[in-house]
Amino acid sequence: MAAAPAAPVHLRWQYLALVFAGGTVGTAARELLAITVPPVAGVAVVIVGINVVGAFLLGLLLETLARRGPDDGRRRSMRLLLGTGVLGGFTTYSALATDTSLLLAENRLGTALLYALGTLLVGAFTAWAGILTGAALHGRRTIRRSGADAS
Amino acid sequence: MTPLLFVAVSLAGGLGAALRLFLDGVVRARVKTTLPLGTLLINVLGSLLLGVITGLTLALWLPEAWHLVLGGGLMGGFTTFSTASVETVRLAQARRSYAALINGLGMLVLSVACAFLGLWLGLSAG
Repeated sequence: MAAAPAAPVHLRWQYLALVFAGGTVGTAARELLAITVPPVAGVAVVIVGINVVGAFLLGLLLETLARRGPDDGRRRSMRLLLGTGVLGGFTTYSALATDTSLLLAENRLGTALLYALGTLLVGAFTAWAGILTGAALHGRRTIRRSGADAS
Repeated sequence: MTPLLFVAVSLAGGLGAALRLFLDGVVRARVKTTLPLGTLLINVLGSLLLGVITGLTLALWLPEAWHLVLGGGLMGGFTTFSTASVETVRLAQARRSYAALINGLGMLVLSVACAFLGLWLGLSAG
């Protein structure tokens, strides 16, 4: 298949390579934390922290990029490298689901619910906080810039 | 963990992330919907596979090193919590409460159920 000028993102080697590089870094960071922080009562609480922090940072990143302009050029490269790659590889859904199912298999229903629903709710809240932070930072930059123009 | 194993886990994560970009793009190109179905499919499928990998490891069929590379690496990099969370918030911001609930709670219930099924399959097969 000849590479058309406007081939979709997921079929272009340079974008797949960016996500591969970012995903390698994000996974390395997650693995380093996972072998450093011990589990609490048989639950890998480090995954909760990783997922919640990653959700905040992705919300912040995507909102910042979206407010700076359309998804092309360097902004698209940053989104794929840092967002889809680093933060996508850093956070994990499969560990959340499997650790929850292991708790259920051990008949620890309360812990399973607390772990799964807690991560889901806190993750959504922090992603939202990240988006709001990105919007607020952009607003401050815009005000400062227009203030500089006026003076 | 040996340095070589650590590098293998990290590279497997990179591969998983690239696979995620590819599969999400394929779903976006084929299915016309405003629901982020790609991430849903990726997280449910990844949870099922990590369940199988974990089950096979618990049954002592799969060595721990492979559990780390295929589980924490490949499936960890393939699935993503951050994108799922941001997409859920975007749906809620667009006042699509039902879609946000499906994307949040629905994805969680489906993923846990698939991980449980995978765990059972892996333990039985191992």
